[in-house]
Amino acid sequence: MSHIQQPQTSFWNDTGKTGITSWIFSTDHKRIGLLYFYSTFGFFLVGVLLGLLLRIELMAPGRTIMGPQTYNALFTVHGVVMIFLFIIPGFQGSFGNLVMPIQIGARDVSFPRLNLFSWWIYMIGAVVILTSLFTGGGPPDTGWTFYVPFSSRTGTNVSLAVLGVFIIGFSSILTGLNFVTTIHRLRAEGMSWGRLPLFVWSLYATAWVQILATPILAITLVLVAAERLLGTGLFDPATGGDPLMYQHLFWIYSHPAVYIMILPAMGVISDIIPVFSRKPIFGYKMIAFSSIAIAAAGSLVWGHHMYTSGMSDTAILVFSFLTFIVAIPSAIKVFNWVSTLYRGSISLEAPMLFALTFILLFSIGGLSGLILGAAATDIHVHDTHFVVGHFHYVIFGGSGFAFFAAMHYWLPKFYGRRYAEKPAILAWALMFTGFNITYFTMQLLGMQGMPRRYYDYLPEFATLNLVSTVGSWILAGGLLIMLINLFRGLWWGPPFEGNPWGGATLEWSIPTPPPTENFIEEPLVTHGPYDFKGTGIP
Amino acid sequence: MSQIHHKDYAGAKLGMWLFLFTELLLFGGLFLLYAVYLARYPHEFAAAGKQLDVIFGTVNTVVLLTSSLLAAMSVSAIQRDERRSAVRLLSGTILCAALFMVIKYIEWSAKIGHGVYPGSAQLKGGPPGESVFFSLYYVTTGIHGLHVVIGSILLAWVALKVKRGTVHSGDFVFLENGALYWHLVDLIWIFIFPLYYLVL
Repeated sequence: MSHIQQPQTSFWNDTGKTGITSWIFSTDHKRIGLLYFYSTFGFFLVGVLLGLLLRIELMAPGRTIMGPQTYNALFTVHGVVMIFLFIIPGFQGSFGNLVMPIQIGARDVSFPRLNLFSWWIYMIGAVVILTSLFTGGGPPDTGWTFYVPFSSRTGTNVSLAVLGVFIIGFSSILTGLNFVTTIHRLRAEGMSWGRLPLFVWSLYATAWVQILATPILAITLVLVAAERLLGTGLFDPATGGDPLMYQHLFWIYSHPAVYIMILPAMGVISDIIPVFSRKPIFGYKMIAFSSIAIAAAGSLVWGHHMYTSGMSDTAILVFSFLTFIVAIPSAIKVFNWVSTLYRGSISLEAPMLFALTFILLFSIGGLSGLILGAAATDIHVHDTHFVVGHFHYVIFGGSGFAFFAAMHYWLPKFYGRRYAEKPAILAWALMFTGFNITYFTMQLLGMQGMPRRYYDYLPEFATLNLVSTVGSWILAGGLLIMLINLFRGLWWGPPFEGNPWGGATLEWSIPTPPPTENFIEEPLVTHGPYDFKGTGIP
Repeated sequence: MSQIHHKDYAGAKLGMWLFLFTELLLFGGLFLLYAVYLARYPHEFAAAGKQLDVIFGTVNTVVLLTSSLLAAMSVSAIQRDERRSAVRLLSGTILCAALFMVIKYIEWSAKIGHGVYPGSAQLKGGPPGESVFFSLYYVTTGIHGLHVVIGSILLAWVALKVKRGTVHSGDFVFLENGALYWHLVDLIWIFIFPLYYLVL
């Protein structure tokens, strides 16, 4: 990355040091942000390849390119990589680190060394997970949920994989507490809570979820390892244990974890939409409050993953009710984004297209979530491809597209170079089309009763599966164009200077790329994050 | 970087408290399992709990409380700029921690010697609630013991820094946070002790 020569001093060159050690031992939040970005995004591409292979296998009934054991391992590793190595650490680690300290007017996070440490822990955990694929009994084949009793009995390398996830949990906790402390302590003068950019609000809510939920995952995974290595039998009915307790503990973390994935994405969208509509955000307070409300209510709905597991009807009813509560703050956000667009002067540049796509795909995903949240309908589509489609609409169509939006919106700021607009829009169009073909067919398949995680299927599902697989190729084609265009632009493209989008948040008030200390002098904040008049931007 | 020069004390403490909260939640998962399984197997839990030795538990409680007191006194000592006595008090804490682990070792080996450990033939032959109780007991006290060891290493590092003078009356947040961590280790034991040794 050192081949970039910037004319002015920036965090790329003003330390005078070059080479890999100036990156992997740097405590600068921007360098750590880029470390996180390249490592998490690298794992995203690995996950994409695995997903494409899975789709090829499902293209036709029976064996297509791999055996059933390989298929089981691939969908497990696809899930583990995408969730624990990409989307959970991705937003906070890369864009949280890159942008948040600047947006609140700070020079760095509260604990810069801890920040670097959490990237290292993340990498160590990733290496452990990768090791689990090639050692012992082979890659885990339990699905990313590691459900007992299968996970405590399978001969594959589950112990090492859960150790890796456990280690990554530490990294997540440390990032969370670092961000909460930073947002409390290091806001610049005049940066009141009511002037925080909504991206920061969403990171704040996410950080709390990371702090409150991750320890439960940690202890659950320790118990799975203890089950396998020591024979504690706490989840084994033969020794008085209860497998249902595993599911409770697992989802007490893993449902809130979904909000670790989606909340920062919502923050990105709340920052991008007003800038490209040339209008202040509609309902700032409600959007900020709804982030907290989603984080709070979302922590109480884990039971909706377990309607068919044998809980009492009362429990199902309560969890179903709470699940519907989460829809309220989510809808508040959607309505506020749409109201921001209303009568705005909308410019459809690449970040905006990805952001608008987020609203549409997240809404489809969210509404299909209500079908799963209602106990009566869930019984029919539980564990079918409907769930796969729903989850990918929310997390890929939602968080993933928001991640792409953030890449197009913020990365030029940090590189000082820009991508070409037309290929970016072509890439977006292909991805949007491919995405819907791939995942909408999955929802249809699920409605027809095709189970998820099955290696083979009945001939009547063949047509839609073929369509879905072809869709995945269009999606991958768009992704490839996006990658080539974006990185070619960032590394060798024309210069990106000043404030071309006209953003009013603080990162647009400092030089591009930012200097190491971000602000030449301590900033005094005099206007809100979406007060475009206050910045003097036309 | 100006933030490095004037350390953010409140920030450092806030970060530590948040971390302690995650530790509580980690044990919270185990206490949750305890609650559910106690409700399911009240008689087996009562019978199994009586097999634990209250003397060992009580002595260890006293040892840990003493260690926590010494850690707190060490913080007061550094505030009065008495670095030597701060180091001595911290050493006392670490000695107590070692004593705690020795007693734990004796207690565990006696139990294991009697064939009571996870997956043992004796537990497999007994009622299921008993096996669950002892598995939980070993996992909970084991993870707590691990925290005692980690805490002692942390405090030894703090003591070294106090001795070298990098932690002193003007900048002792590292000692304060170390002591906070130690109080957490103590606090968790205060919950483990009655749940496993007394109330059953």
